[in-house]
Amino acid sequence: MLLQQVAATTGHPLSGTVADWMWLLPLLPLLGFVLNGLLAVVSVYRRGPADPAAESGHGHGAGHEAVHADPAHAGAHGTHHHVPPRHKFAGLASIIGPAVLFAAFGLAVSIFGAMSGASHLEQPYVQRYFTWMPVGDFRIEAAFQLDQLSMIMVLVITGVGALIHLFSVGYMRDDPGYPRFFAYLNLFVFFMLVLVLGASYPVMFVGWEGVGLCSYLLIGFWFSDKANADAGKKAFIVNRIGDFGFLVAMFLLYANIAALDFVGVSQRAGELAPAIVTAICLFFFLGCAGKSAQIPLYVWLPDAMAGPTPVSALIHAATMVTAGVYLIARSAVLFALSPVASLTVAVVGALTALLAATIGLKQWDIKRVLAYSTVSQLGYMFVGVGVGAYAAGIFHLVTHAFFKALLFLGSGSVIFALHRAYHATHSRADAQDMRNMGGLRRYLPWTFALMWIATLAISGIPPLSGFFSKDEILAGVFARAGHSTLAEATWLGIPGGPLLYAIYGIGLFTALLTAIYMTRMMLYTFHGPNRTGETERSHLAEAPWVMTLPLVVLGILSAIGGWLNIPEIMGFLGPPQWLHHWLDPVVGAPTLAVTGGEAVHLAHRTEYFLIGGAVAIAVVGILFAVVRLKPARLVTKDQAVPERGFARVLANKWYVDEAYDRTIVRPVVGVSRRLLWTVTDKWLIDGLLVNGSARVTSFFGRLGSYLQTGSVSTYAWAIVLGVLVVLGAFTLR
Amino acid sequence: MLEFLADIGYERWVLPALLLIPLGGAILIYVARIGRGRVDDIANAASARVIAFATLLVEFIVSAGLWWTFDPARSTWQNVVMKAWIPEWGANFVVGIDGISLMMILLTTFIMPLSVLGSWTSVREKLPAYYALLLVLTTGMIGVFISLDLLLFYVMWEVMLIPMYFIIGIWGGERRIYASIKFFLYTMIGSLLMLVAILYLWIQTWQAGAPTFSYDSLLRTIDVSRTAGLLLFGAFFLAFAVKVPMFPFHTWLPDAHVEAPTAGSVILAGIMLKMGTYGFLRFAMPLFPDVVMSPAVRTTMLALAVIGIVYGALVAMVQPDFKKLVAYSSVSHLGFVMLGILALTLESVQGALMVMINHGISTGALFFLIGMIYERRHSRMIDAYGGIARVVPLFAAMLTIVSLSSIGLPGTNGFVGEFLVLIGSFRTEPIWTVIATTGVIFAAAYLLWAIQRILFQPVTHAENERLTDLNVREMVIMAALVIPILWIGIYPKPILDRMERSAAQFISDVERGAAERTAASRMGN
Amino acid sequence: MIQEALFFSAVLFIIGVIGVLTRRNAIIIFMCVELMLNAVNLSFVALSRLYGIAGQVFVIFVMTVAAAEAAVGLAIIISIFRHHENVDLRNINLMRG
Repeated sequence: MLLQQVAATTGHPLSGTVADWMWLLPLLPLLGFVLNGLLAVVSVYRRGPADPAAESGHGHGAGHEAVHADPAHAGAHGTHHHVPPRHKFAGLASIIGPAVLFAAFGLAVSIFGAMSGASHLEQPYVQRYFTWMPVGDFRIEAAFQLDQLSMIMVLVITGVGALIHLFSVGYMRDDPGYPRFFAYLNLFVFFMLVLVLGASYPVMFVGWEGVGLCSYLLIGFWFSDKANADAGKKAFIVNRIGDFGFLVAMFLLYANIAALDFVGVSQRAGELAPAIVTAICLFFFLGCAGKSAQIPLYVWLPDAMAGPTPVSALIHAATMVTAGVYLIARSAVLFALSPVASLTVAVVGALTALLAATIGLKQWDIKRVLAYSTVSQLGYMFVGVGVGAYAAGIFHLVTHAFFKALLFLGSGSVIFALHRAYHATHSRADAQDMRNMGGLRRYLPWTFALMWIATLAISGIPPLSGFFSKDEILAGVFARAGHSTLAEATWLGIPGGPLLYAIYGIGLFTALLTAIYMTRMMLYTFHGPNRTGETERSHLAEAPWVMTLPLVVLGILSAIGGWLNIPEIMGFLGPPQWLHHWLDPVVGAPTLAVTGGEAVHLAHRTEYFLIGGAVAIAVVGILFAVVRLKPARLVTKDQAVPERGFARVLANKWYVDEAYDRTIVRPVVGVSRRLLWTVTDKWLIDGLLVNGSARVTSFFGRLGSYLQTGSVSTYAWAIVLGVLVVLGAFTLR
Repeated sequence: MLEFLADIGYERWVLPALLLIPLGGAILIYVARIGRGRVDDIANAASARVIAFATLLVEFIVSAGLWWTFDPARSTWQNVVMKAWIPEWGANFVVGIDGISLMMILLTTFIMPLSVLGSWTSVREKLPAYYALLLVLTTGMIGVFISLDLLLFYVMWEVMLIPMYFIIGIWGGERRIYASIKFFLYTMIGSLLMLVAILYLWIQTWQAGAPTFSYDSLLRTIDVSRTAGLLLFGAFFLAFAVKVPMFPFHTWLPDAHVEAPTAGSVILAGIMLKMGTYGFLRFAMPLFPDVVMSPAVRTTMLALAVIGIVYGALVAMVQPDFKKLVAYSSVSHLGFVMLGILALTLESVQGALMVMINHGISTGALFFLIGMIYERRHSRMIDAYGGIARVVPLFAAMLTIVSLSSIGLPGTNGFVGEFLVLIGSFRTEPIWTVIATTGVIFAAAYLLWAIQRILFQPVTHAENERLTDLNVREMVIMAALVIPILWIGIYPKPILDRMERSAAQFISDVERGAAERTAASRMGN
Repeated sequence: MIQEALFFSAVLFIIGVIGVLTRRNAIIIFMCVELMLNAVNLSFVALSRLYGIAGQVFVIFVMTVAAAEAAVGLAIIISIFRHHENVDLRNINLMRG
């Protein structure tokens, strides 16, 4: 059936292996979506349309009394006095949802096995299924392609995805929208896999927009709250601005080299004029800035934390937001041709990393700290792929997926615990505000320990994963500042070399801030005295095993993930540079193109020096936070006084949202409403031209109607006068 | 299937049959009333809608055969039927289809039975007249899409106008009189000028000794001076631009949509707006290629199309009335069609045709949904809702899917059309295309904002708590519309294949015509 | 002879016209119109001596029409009278634009 139509790359070493089943990878989550979606619809239908009694029992209560931005079990609010019944299909959904993910992960692992075993994998393995859009001789094929890069992404998505699905079984346990949640989550994974497996930009774009849709649906999952619905909409619209860039980049590619599939583009990229390449890359980067939350489009990601925490972990930390990094790595051929665009990526990445880190210093909402941390770490990844260290960028993407998913799930575990406690005591306190936490290490020992691993990893403490990947990026920047096509180029009049050193400096400084704000988060959450309240305290407890097990697995991965790509100089730890070599067929040539034809090598002394410096900075950051911050002095949220001075600017996120609102959102809406609709449409076109011409016509009609007096005598006089005139005219002639 | 159709001589009678079946149904509605007594008798009413639905279902089944018998490889007219009408004037009854007409016919016959289903309970008075008018309207619309004789085309154009005037004017909302007269006058001004232009062309052939209204021969022999060409094109342009509607001829549309009953809005948006773009494709541009391709005219039209895209989207964003919002979104979508047609690349024209089909399905579906919720709550205002996703989840799911298709999410039909238009137009008109692409952002803004305020957020009006979800009849309508939304989004190839030859023909007609005539006029000078 | 007849007809016609123009009562105006018609009839008859029988035939036509007109006209006047209680034309301007 389907497979018979598949025209795969003939003679590819992977044909005939399990890799032939790669179409099943996205299809499995799609199947999960269909099944869970059916469960959701059937349960609605069985209940009968809009039965208010049934409704209150089911209560999407989150909306009505939402004090908490993230009610771990939203159903609880409607019914305080008895445990809300679980969704009737919850059991089935909790099997289907994670099962399809684990199956997909199993398949991904076996395909990975086949790939590791095969040799001569220079070319991607492309499977064509059907022609999507044929236009004349040009055809956009519905095709998937498997290569080393997409394989890594598939492993991360299905692996971390499966763990997060498992976590959700516990976290969303009592939610009235349980099957719907899994349906959306499965659908997300489907689109994410389409994104990374697509063999051409348009197919990738399907996944690209599809994940945006799922993100929209999941952020607004508890849509009865206006803030949640707003956040979902904001995410989608900001992403659409990025998609505009993606589209224009595709148009440019098509108009100039008539190729949109990755193989074709890489073959013909050389034909592009330099200015065109730069334009294409910049437009692609606009797309990345939208999806991966970079300046100026990062504003949606912190708001996206309105979604359930597993969603934040899966979509807004581990997978979807890294799609931009993937896109640049995928388009490395193009970016390598344009130093200007590459430098733009690196500069924007560095500035985003810094900006987000500063904001992260002063946030109180635990998920917002993590959100800004994500934005900041994404900035690092863009610095990596921007300077042409594509493998390093992907490396950080992978390790970040581990430790940030762990951090989010850990925060989910914390919120879950607080929520249960507040629920038991009917408190309305904010379960996400760190000022309401404190001292949780005694109640959540597993979460506490695992989150510290992740915190050390993100801060760059060896030998945890983040240390290796962050170091790889910073070393890459440093090396290229000395010698590369980027160093020779100029960016807005600034010579590339000094610019790269500046980026390196920003990277280091951001690492310091990262260590500070992450330690701050840990201190306020787990250390010091407990601020949850006397009665609540007795209800605090570790979450069930379905939630802690994924944490443990992610903890292990965060700890050892660095072994994927050990620097040469640390060869004593194991085989060096595995990921680098693995990705070589995909990004090797572009990397060399950036570095001027030869692999970058720093002198060993320099490298030791750099590593030592980075570690020292991380340690300083942690110690600084430990020494300066006093968790004991914190008061709960309702007693807290607002920040003053610069801290207030940071707490209010540099007022960027407000600035966008004043300079873009309101003017656009205002102009549309007043100038376009009221003035142009209603007054000018409709009032003046349309109804105006009607009024002119009826004015003359009314003039004419005055002749019609209705009095017979007048008419008779008129007739007689008329006759006399005619007669007179005849006589006088 | 093909053999069976060949056995019954399908290709020879199908087009006249498509014109006659609805007329027959309309007559049947009146025949069924004879001897039944009072006009508004319930039995009459019921029989009218049953007859109308059955007739249009038959119409759809009959037209569906065209999907298979149509030969995408042939570039000539297919299923041609020709009968003498007024031979002294050279006016004949000539009908035939190409790939463009084919898809427009199928769209029409697909939407019409659904719009009867959509009116099932919402239209409550003068049912026989209402359904008879719907049937006559069907004949008119099919006629417009298949006429190959300019006089016949004009007659059909007017036949389709009158029933819609009555449908809005009798079964419409509060300001229905204003809206229907505005609709009528707007359309009439354009179409009368078109009649003048058609007669001018005819007089030319009459002076040459062989009077004819035949599209094919006019296409070949038309020979007018530059000024005359400009004026004639202007006349056609006005007729079609009003119908599209292009900025700034669009203000009848929001009023007509808002006041029309559900089926009226669906037909208006789903099918009748395509008459305008169809007119450009079939008549205005191929007949006067040199005028269209002259830089001034072309730039003006491109500008109007792109302004329509952005302007329609921005104005849609601030509408408090959901029907008006969708009406302005139509201005935006049809702008994409015009851009695609004017860009004159195979991709963009194919894309424009896809947008025409998609807009018919998606916007039709949106109007159906508005009608469904209006029937329950009697308000079109966005503010009157809020949070109803919790109360009517199926409705919410359908509205979300349809809105996503309307904003062109990949995987739905909307994306295929817009993508092809933009990627094709970029090749010839990069600047305009980039501006047009911003419409993608605004589209997301206006529709998502609207569905957020309708479906999500807390329920603020108590009466919304008692809304009932879609019933089986309504689910049938929505399922019928959602299936093509996904199908076209994923596998549009069969449709694109059927239209490709005609799209290429259109492009070569315009390009070659423009080159020849420009060369001829240069030699004349 | 014919001159006198035509003169007499003209005088009658002018009396009719002046009546129509100056009087307010619908009945009187109506009678003046009849007067005008009969003036025309008189000239028809007189001229038929010169131009043949057609003039007299026309008179029959005119009388027929006048009779029909009288029937309809009087009916209208009566219905107006029922409505207004008088037949003063100054009060009757239903057709005013």
